[in-house]
Amino acid sequence: MTLSELEERSQPNLDSAGAALMRELVTHLAQHRTALREEWVDRITDAHLLGAMTREEIFAEATSVYDTYVEALETRTLEALEAYAQNLSERIIPRGVETHEVVGIVLLLRDVLARSLFAKYHGDTSILNRVFDVYEPAANSIAITVAVGFVRERERVIREQQEAIRELSTPVLQVRERLLILPMIGLLDPHRARQLMEQLLRAIRANRAKVVVLDITGVAVMDASVANHMILTVDSARLLGARVIVTGLSPEIAQTLVNIGVDLSKMNTVGDLQGGIEEAERLLGYKVVPTAEPPPAAMAL
Amino acid sequence: MQVPILKQGPYLIATIQAALTDSDIVQLRDALVDQVVRHRARGVIIDVTALDVMDSFATGTLRDIAQMVRLRGAETVIVGIQPDVALAMVQMGLVLEGVTTTLDLEESLAYFQHKHNVLGRS
Repeated sequence: MTLSELEERSQPNLDSAGAALMRELVTHLAQHRTALREEWVDRITDAHLLGAMTREEIFAEATSVYDTYVEALETRTLEALEAYAQNLSERIIPRGVETHEVVGIVLLLRDVLARSLFAKYHGDTSILNRVFDVYEPAANSIAITVAVGFVRERERVIREQQEAIRELSTPVLQVRERLLILPMIGLLDPHRARQLMEQLLRAIRANRAKVVVLDITGVAVMDASVANHMILTVDSARLLGARVIVTGLSPEIAQTLVNIGVDLSKMNTVGDLQGGIEEAERLLGYKVVPTAEPPPAAMAL
Repeated sequence: MQVPILKQGPYLIATIQAALTDSDIVQLRDALVDQVVRHRARGVIIDVTALDVMDSFATGTLRDIAQMVRLRGAETVIVGIQPDVALAMVQMGLVLEGVTTTLDLEESLAYFQHKHNVLGRS
């Protein structure tokens, strides 16, 4: 359901009496703007909402939310409010404001305004009923608009972050002549695994690598498809004339791979990155020997 | 197109320069297997750098060459498989088991020299 449908559903066309009532109501809210706004800010503070913002910021934000809210009631359109909600979300999401806080403050404003209307009309139940008939659907659709706008913005941020993580390229590092290290970190999906594999093969050719250490210490989980990509990588690298040493297989990944029956017999695995580099140096014919006693670690200040 | 076979010391070098038909590959196989004994070669180097496709027939024939050359007393090294070709090959399950592969010509010569030096001393 789109927002405009929601709007139509929750705001049946007002008859002229209803429209007049709404005008009266808006006038009332505009007249008592200062008092109602302060009451609202007090209730936000009491409820410990928007903890990430200072009271001054809350007050400034509350003022514009209040005005936009009343304007939405008055014009009976949600476009301006939608735009405002998006703008607000863009500003407050990076500061760690949660969904419940945003929904909470809008509902608080609805309650504050409802109370004030109740106080004004409580003498006459029939008018009070009609006032709420007009006010409640409009207030609800405003609350929905703001909440949906906030959630939408949050989802957009999450999508962007996922994209950024996916695009984080994994560096291929040369540590010695003809020795590359590829430290893989984070979540591996088949798409990224394939990307890494192509990147590694190109790097082997570009750097004329003979041995590659593939370090997966930073990989938390691995499924069958990613494991297969890893085996394909090892085979492809061999066709190019390079050997791959896999290091840092966690117990969990080792168990997963054994459980799903991946054949790792062709793979050269070493416990940790240091061991992997030592093995690679052995394959390349290096022998690392300390030249002398290392100097004492203490440094003169 | 016929593949030229060059003799370099105790090694035969065949550089494939363009895509080959199946019969070209068979011809290459026969020529190499024949010449390896005629020239008393100790190693055969097949350079496939120029190939951007390797199908199952080509791969299978390269493996055959390696085995036949071994029976005739020498060793085969395939050099210069391109990354994309390697990827496609392993995805089709063509992994050239038992065949030595190196990055380029220089590397394969170094491989042979190292191996023969070690063998020569022992």
